[in-house]
Amino acid sequence: MNRFALKQVNSVAALGETMSTRLAGGERFAALLGRGHPTTGTTLTALVAHPDGITPLHATLSAGTTHYPALSPRLPAAFWYERAIHDLIGLVPDGHPRLDPLVLPHREGAHQLPQPGAAGQPDRIEPDEQALPALLHGAGVFTIPHGPVRSGVFESVEYLVETPGEDIPLLRIRPHYKHRGVQKRFEMLTVDDGVLLAERVEGIASVAHALAFAHAVESLAGVRVPPVAALIRVLHAELERIANHLDVLIKLTDAAGLAVATARFGLHKERTLRLVGSLCGSRFGRGLVVPGGVSAPLRLSASELTAELGRLRRAINGDVRALLDTSSFLDRVRGTGALRAELAREYGALGPIGRASGCADDSRVSRPYDGYRLLAPPAVPLREAGDAQARMQVRIDEIEVSFQLAHHATERLAEAEPQPLRAALPPIRGQAVGWAEAPQGELLYLLEVAEDGRISYCAPRSASFHNLVLFPATFTGDILTDFPFNEASFGLSIAGVVM
Amino acid sequence: MPWVLRGLRDGVVTSDYPRRPDPYAAALPASVRPITGAPVDASPCPTGAITNTGGVARVDTGRCILCGRCVAAYPELFGWAAGSQTARLHRQALIVPELPESAEAVEQVRRRLAARVRILRRSVHVRHVDAGSDGSEEWEILALLNPVYDVHRLGIFFTASPRHADVLLVTGAGSHGMREPLRRTLDAMPRPVVVIAAGTDAISGGLIAPSYAVTGGIGESLDVDVWVPGSPPSPFSLLHGLLLAMGRLEDGGRR
Repeated sequence: MNRFALKQVNSVAALGETMSTRLAGGERFAALLGRGHPTTGTTLTALVAHPDGITPLHATLSAGTTHYPALSPRLPAAFWYERAIHDLIGLVPDGHPRLDPLVLPHREGAHQLPQPGAAGQPDRIEPDEQALPALLHGAGVFTIPHGPVRSGVFESVEYLVETPGEDIPLLRIRPHYKHRGVQKRFEMLTVDDGVLLAERVEGIASVAHALAFAHAVESLAGVRVPPVAALIRVLHAELERIANHLDVLIKLTDAAGLAVATARFGLHKERTLRLVGSLCGSRFGRGLVVPGGVSAPLRLSASELTAELGRLRRAINGDVRALLDTSSFLDRVRGTGALRAELAREYGALGPIGRASGCADDSRVSRPYDGYRLLAPPAVPLREAGDAQARMQVRIDEIEVSFQLAHHATERLAEAEPQPLRAALPPIRGQAVGWAEAPQGELLYLLEVAEDGRISYCAPRSASFHNLVLFPATFTGDILTDFPFNEASFGLSIAGVVM
Repeated sequence: MPWVLRGLRDGVVTSDYPRRPDPYAAALPASVRPITGAPVDASPCPTGAITNTGGVARVDTGRCILCGRCVAAYPELFGWAAGSQTARLHRQALIVPELPESAEAVEQVRRRLAARVRILRRSVHVRHVDAGSDGSEEWEILALLNPVYDVHRLGIFFTASPRHADVLLVTGAGSHGMREPLRRTLDAMPRPVVVIAAGTDAISGGLIAPSYAVTGGIGESLDVDVWVPGSPPSPFSLLHGLLLAMGRLEDGGRR
C-alpha cells in the first residue's frame, strides 16, 4: 500500500471506518478539515500522521448535502474540528455531542458563510452573538467571564469559568472574537505572497508557519532546499522555540510574583529576539523563509553566532537551575492542571503538552525535514505526570536541545561551501500537506494550488487549535488561583486557534 | 536568597532612551523608504504600500509589512531606513517622502493633541486591547516591561481596568468580533483619552485585509491619535508612540 497516495473515501461513514482502523493500527488523528459549499458539494479531509508522513483522507459530500453523521462520537478528537467546519461551511454533523459555535457564531440559514475552498469571496460577515448558548445552570454556581478584554496584555479570548466558589468544574472557551478570515485570504494570493501571510497566521511562530507552508509548496514542486538554506532554517526555527519557551517561563514566574525571575527570563528573551534580528533583520525571523530556500545568508559570522549562543545558553541555564530550586514556585506548578495520559493519547496532544503526558511524537524526529535530515536527530524530552510542572520541564529540556541543534547547525554552516540559497521552483499545481514542529507542537498546512499558480485552498492547522480543546479537561481539582499557571503552561496562541 | 543576587548579575541593562539615543533603536531597520523617488512601473509590494503620487515613488509605512521585497527587487530605488522613531500623529504623515500638504495637517494635530494631553504628561496608564492581532504585537508590548525597556521608569504603567487608563493601545486589523468589546472599553475610560494604533495591521489591515472578518485597520471604528507602523512594531517604536501620546517629545517626534 502506498501510504502517500491521496485516499478517496466515498462517504463520511467510510471515512470514519477507515480512520478507526488506522488509529487502531497506531496512527494518529491530526486534523479534520472542510472545504466547499453545500450547494455545490463539499469535501471533508482527515489528516492522519504516521512515521512516513501525513496522509489526507477525503470524503466528498454531493451537492445539496448539508448533514452528515458526526465523527466526534467515536473520534473524540474531532470535537472542535466539526464545530469549526460547521461555523465556516455550514455542514451539520448529526449526533455531535455539543455543536456550539467556535470560530464564527452564526444561526442556521441566517448567514452567508466563509466557505473556504469554494469560489468567490464573501462580503463582510459579523459573528452573531445570538447564536451563543445561554450561560449556565445549576444551583449555587456562577460564571466568571475572563475576557475577551483580559486583565493584562493578552490576546482576545473569553474563558467562561463556571464555579461554585473556588474550584472549576466547568470551563468554556470562546475564541471567536479575533477571527480574521485568514483561510479565505490565502485564496487571493500566489504562493510567494502566501508565505508572508503564513508568517502572520500565528505571529509568535512565524518561522514554523512559513516552513510548513513552504514545505507544502516544495513537495508540490518536487524540490529539496539547498543544504545551507536547510541549516539556516533549522537555526531560526530553534531560536524561535527558545524565545517561545522563555516566554512561557516569563508568564509562569510572573503568575507566581517572582519578579527577579520574570525580569531575568525577560532579558534572555529580549536577547534571543535581538539575536534573531541581527541574523535576518526581523526580530521574528520574518521574510527569511521563501519557497525553495531562504531569502538571504546569515548576517553574523559563525564565530559571532557561536559566542552569542554560548552566552545565552549559560545565562539561561543558571537561571533555570535557580528556578528549579525555588520551592515556593514549584509548589504552584506541581500537580496543577494535570492532563491524563490516556486523554492526551486519545486526542493526539501535540508539542510540549503532549510530551509532558507521554506522547512523544515530534515532527523533527518522526518526519524530519530541512536541516534535521542533516543533523543528528534531537533528543525528545518526555514526562509522564502531565501537570504544569511537567510541561515546564519539557520546555526547559527543549531549550537545551534547541541550543545543541543551533550549535551543530552553526558548525555545519561554518564548514559549508558557498552555494545558492534557493532552489528554482517549476510551475506547480495540485494538493499537498506540509508540516513543521512549531514551539507549540506539530503544525500542518493542507495547500492546494490551481493551474494559474494561485492558491485555491489553504488550511493551516496549528497545535494551538488542536491542543486548546484539552485545556478545560485539565482543571480537575484546581482552583481559580491556579488558572494563570495552567494557562501559561499551555503556551498557546489564540491567533493560531481561530485564524 | 539567590534571586536577589541574580538580579544584580548583569548590572544595569536598561536603555537610556529617550534621555539619550539608544544604539539598538537607532540601528534597527524599522522602515523602508524610496532612495531616489524615481517612479516604479510594476510595484512588487504585496500590500500596495508603494504608489507614484505626484510622480514620485512613495512608501506608505502604514501599509508596509517590512517584507523587503521592494528592496530586493529594486535595490537602487528602495532601501531600509535605520531608526525606530517611526510613530506619527497623522495617518498621512506615515507616507514617505511626505506629501506636501501633510506637514501643516500634522502640526495642527500635534497642537490639538498637546492641549488635550497636557494633564497626562508625567505618567500614564495604558489599557491594551487585541482587535485581531497575530500575537506578535502582544510580545513586543510585553517586552516594554522587561528590564531593557523598563517603561515604569518613564511613568508608563499597564492597567487591567479601563477606568484607570489614559491610553488605549490597540493591536490587530479590527476583527468584527472585537468591535463591541473595543467600543465598550473605550467608553469605560475617563477623558482625556489617547488612542494608539499599534502595528501595520491596526493601521491598515496589513496583509490580513481585505477579509470578510476584519475592517482595514481600527481607524474605521475609532478615532486614532497615534499611528505606530511595523509588522510587528519593535518595542522602541511602541515606546516612541507612547511618548508621542504623552506629548513628551518636544519636536513632535520628527527626528
